[in-house]
Amino acid sequence: MSGPNSDYDPVEVTPLKAEEVEAMREAALAAIAAAADLDQLKEVRLAHAGDRSPLALANREIGALPPQARKEAGQRVGQARGAVNQALAARTEVLEAEHEERMLVEETVDVTLPVDRLPRGSRHPITTGSELIADVFVAMGWEVAEGPVVEAEWLNFDALNLGADHPARTMQDTFWTEPADHHVVLRTHTSPVQARTMLTRTPPIYVVCPGRVFRTDEYDATHSPMFHQVEGLVVDEGITMAHLKGSLDHFATAMFGEGIDTRFRPSYFPFTEPSAEVDLRCFVCRGVAGEVETCRTCRGEGWIEWGGCGVVNPRVLTACGIDPERYTGFAFGMGIDRTLMFRHGITDLRDIFEGDVRFAAAFGTEI
Amino acid sequence: MRAPLSWIRDYVDLPADLTADELAHRLTMLGLKLEALERPGHDMTGPLVLGRVLEFVEEPQSNGKTIRWCQVDVADANGTGEPQGIVCGALNFAVGDLVVVILPGGVLPGGFEISARKTYGHVSAGMICSARELELGEDHDGIMVLPPDAGEPGDDAFGVLPLRDEVIEFEINPDRAYALSLRGVAREAALEYAVHGDGATYHDPADRPVPEPNAEGYPVVVDDLEGCPVFVARRVTGLDPQAPTPLWMARRIQLAGMRPISLAVDITNYVMLEMGHPIHGYDAARLAGPIRVRRATEGEHLTTLDDADRVLSAEDLVVCDDSGPIGLGGVMGGATTEMSETTTDVLVEVASWDPVSMFRTGRRHKLTSEAGKRNERGVDPTIPEAAADRVVELLVAHGGGIAHPGVTKVGRAPAPRTITIDVDLPARISGIEIAAETTVSSLEAVGCEVAVEGDRLTATVPPWRTDLTDPYDLVEEVVRIVGYDRVPSVLPPAPAGRGLTRDQRLRRRVGRTLAGAGYVEVLSFPFVGVDDLDRLGLDAADERRTVLTLANPLSSEQPSMTTTLLPGLLETAARNAGRGQADVALFETATVTLPHEAGPAPILPVDRRPSEGEFADLDKALPAQPLHLGLVVAGERERSGWWGPGRAAGWQDAVGAVREVARALGVEVEVRAVTRAPWHPGRCAEVRAGDVLLGHAGELHPKVCRAYGVPARTAAAEVDLDALLRLAVDVTPAPSFSSYPVAREDVALVVASTVTAAEVEQALRDGAGDLLESVRLFDVYEGDQAGEGRKSLAFRLRFRAPDRTLTVEETSAARDAAVAVAAERCGAVQRA
Repeated sequence: MSGPNSDYDPVEVTPLKAEEVEAMREAALAAIAAAADLDQLKEVRLAHAGDRSPLALANREIGALPPQARKEAGQRVGQARGAVNQALAARTEVLEAEHEERMLVEETVDVTLPVDRLPRGSRHPITTGSELIADVFVAMGWEVAEGPVVEAEWLNFDALNLGADHPARTMQDTFWTEPADHHVVLRTHTSPVQARTMLTRTPPIYVVCPGRVFRTDEYDATHSPMFHQVEGLVVDEGITMAHLKGSLDHFATAMFGEGIDTRFRPSYFPFTEPSAEVDLRCFVCRGVAGEVETCRTCRGEGWIEWGGCGVVNPRVLTACGIDPERYTGFAFGMGIDRTLMFRHGITDLRDIFEGDVRFAAAFGTEI
Repeated sequence: MRAPLSWIRDYVDLPADLTADELAHRLTMLGLKLEALERPGHDMTGPLVLGRVLEFVEEPQSNGKTIRWCQVDVADANGTGEPQGIVCGALNFAVGDLVVVILPGGVLPGGFEISARKTYGHVSAGMICSARELELGEDHDGIMVLPPDAGEPGDDAFGVLPLRDEVIEFEINPDRAYALSLRGVAREAALEYAVHGDGATYHDPADRPVPEPNAEGYPVVVDDLEGCPVFVARRVTGLDPQAPTPLWMARRIQLAGMRPISLAVDITNYVMLEMGHPIHGYDAARLAGPIRVRRATEGEHLTTLDDADRVLSAEDLVVCDDSGPIGLGGVMGGATTEMSETTTDVLVEVASWDPVSMFRTGRRHKLTSEAGKRNERGVDPTIPEAAADRVVELLVAHGGGIAHPGVTKVGRAPAPRTITIDVDLPARISGIEIAAETTVSSLEAVGCEVAVEGDRLTATVPPWRTDLTDPYDLVEEVVRIVGYDRVPSVLPPAPAGRGLTRDQRLRRRVGRTLAGAGYVEVLSFPFVGVDDLDRLGLDAADERRTVLTLANPLSSEQPSMTTTLLPGLLETAARNAGRGQADVALFETATVTLPHEAGPAPILPVDRRPSEGEFADLDKALPAQPLHLGLVVAGERERSGWWGPGRAAGWQDAVGAVREVARALGVEVEVRAVTRAPWHPGRCAEVRAGDVLLGHAGELHPKVCRAYGVPARTAAAEVDLDALLRLAVDVTPAPSFSSYPVAREDVALVVASTVTAAEVEQALRDGAGDLLESVRLFDVYEGDQAGEGRKSLAFRLRFRAPDRTLTVEETSAARDAAVAVAAERCGAVQRA
């Protein structure tokens, strides 16, 4: 490597002649332009912009020029190197873009390939349906009450005005536990939860009680020894049947859509007086003339039997320690399974209990 | 209760154009619920006429049968007036008999079209009908032969025979026992038209003059007037035992859902259906001495009408004569005094019975009868004389009997009940604006006598309404008459609620976590049997064998309440496998029943709140019912596919799912290897949080997989979810973390195969000091290089300081300290 040479005449330094620098620059730019891919460009960069490239060598010679020649030579070489670097950068950008373009084409996959490596989970529609129902009432300020499935006879029956000799006891075919004189049953309805609520809280009481219940029904497409009920109970001052109707209408609308309300028919339950059957306006035909006649969901009735309800019998309030002179209440109950059966068109009750994964999977994680 | 419309119309003058549909709908809205509407005879069309058999020729056939080739006079009904030639297979008629003929073009029930057709060498132009073909009864032994005075040949049979009717079947609730009669149904119909129509006159069939009781009646003594407050007896002698039941009566009994039997029996049933009061008839010739009504002696025997020998209880009410019990009062008569085809002398008993006693006797002897059904719900105690008189009338009219002048009546109906309420109570309870006059008129419409005094009214309840006892009963009567459809819809003003409880929220989180992890929720019946527990391989002392057993299970194979969710889940997994879905991950959350030694649950009084002690006694009698989480994972957990092979489910999925749930709840759990059925003895983890045992998870024992028919290596877990939820973190504290660089150190430790990863990891944690951020096992190697009986565990340790970048020296020192503790506790040797 040469050191500075102050005796040297710049015009005589061949490489720094203008035309030669120009030639180097042209050669570099031509090579850059000719580079077809990034690999070639890498070689071009080495050859024309690397440490051993002609322009780099020329640049190194500048220091050896007489001072009066340095400026001009420096400018000339500097401009040439600048132009080459710019061209390299520009070419790199182009080639990189081209390269990426090509890669993207090469990396194309069949996006229709299945991606079901992990099977999907789901919750049971009875669970999510019960939650949906609970949420409707919670949104109104009610709470969700619960109680045991294996229950004391007194709470399942007697406290609800269903004494041992009440003919209505045979309306609910009861599973009894052994020994029989222990007076323990599988609850036949979620009403004992109502009794427990009244026994442990003071009014105002606004609760819903969803849960499993049991009756000695043989298992078939429409009967099951285990099914699910939701009951509601309100005990407060000044409660009337109108509040019962309002709550059920709201519930019906929340579950089945705007315009779906309820209808009361006189009925009988020992725990309520007056008692009513509650019918749901058919959410398919809505009872509209011309459609109701051929409606399969309500079988032409315009109404679907939904559950039972009524004003809490004062005898029940008394047994549960609530002053019937001061408070009135209402209660209602309906099958969750049944509600979901017609909401979702489930035709066989057994689908709910057989655990075929295709059933719950269809409903996903919410209902 | 099945009520023929024609029969209802006997007692109430309903509009002539009223349809059964309309009436059924109106009564449904009044509380008598329509169950079904039938139109017998309406699918039958004529020409269906009376014919007289003019002559016939019997023609034996090669098939062994004999047919009759008959000439039947049907007058002009056939258009010609000539006798009609008909082939008949029946032999029970004679020349001159009046029969029912369907002519070609007619249609019998079931769409059976009649045409002239060639049979047995004749052209048979029609058919002579049996009772069954006309749906008038079961009789198909021969054709129907009508009484000679039934009509003339050619008369339209629809005008002569009760072929067509409309029958409304009502579902009668236990409180409306009065509607278990035509009297009651007609009264409701009249009430409906009185309130919502132009009015309809009601004729009470029980409102009839009756003879006074006298000393000539059959001697009756009632020992227990509480059990039997009224006993009326009448007698009819000289009956023709062969007298048939009139066709109209048999038809009505049939349409009402009972079976016609014999005239005397049919009449007692007919009057019961008519008035709602059960009636019993004795063959008076078989009675021995006076009748006595008393409670049975414990252990006494009685053979009832159904030929069952019944051992009586001291609570049963019995009717006796000198021979002993001859009937279970109000429930079923006895065999020895039963009316038969030779009975000519009938003693008619119409008695009121204590409903509670009826209910208990019926249940005790598992006897349900039409009489019992009415007696246990309560019947009108004021009508026994009318009912008995009506029976006598019909026996005389249709059986040719003579009414005995004796009339027996013991006891009397209780005084009518009165109920006093605020006049505005119905309005206050219903939320409907109801004027005081409307309340009064509504109660009068149901038969009450009403006296108003200030703002109170006193209603005297009619005797047929044994159900009206409480003030709110009157409210229901008023509201149903005013109309349930008039109840307005108003949301109640609930106070601000607190939303779901903590446990309710957490349970949702558990479900969502597992569904998110690919598990499908299922529901199982909680019933279990010894076989199910045997298949789990539980040993004799296993606490899960202590079950609560049902007294009346649906299946004797699964008579108990389960103590574990696994049998149900395994059955479900097997069912899915059987349907071609062997790769399943299932979970269930449900309570299990864990009985303990407990006394009976008391039956507490209902006229007051139980004391705290009494209430606690109820709960003490109940078994523990903790909420469990069970899960089963079988087959391929991750599917094979174009990406490569799948991954078989294993113990790690079960343990992992439990860990996942615990993590979702913010609960730190530890696992350790244990041996417990139904798991693989070397692949079962016990899951605990500190001192609390939460449950178990792992691969199932191969025997269990085979016994339940689930894929080999199925894994399962069962956790006490209540216990887990109790430990859940309520408010998660926010983490604090450093933003300085992390320093990683990987260490490979060789330990004996028996040393668990958890032990080594814990040692590393304990030794690494405060700078340790995390430890993660990333490889397990068991091979030659680890040495016999040894394995290599590779851990990645991450170190970080809250306030500075760690130096290499600091990190190395911490790693060495961690390894030193692992070496000391677990005999770990660091691999180079």
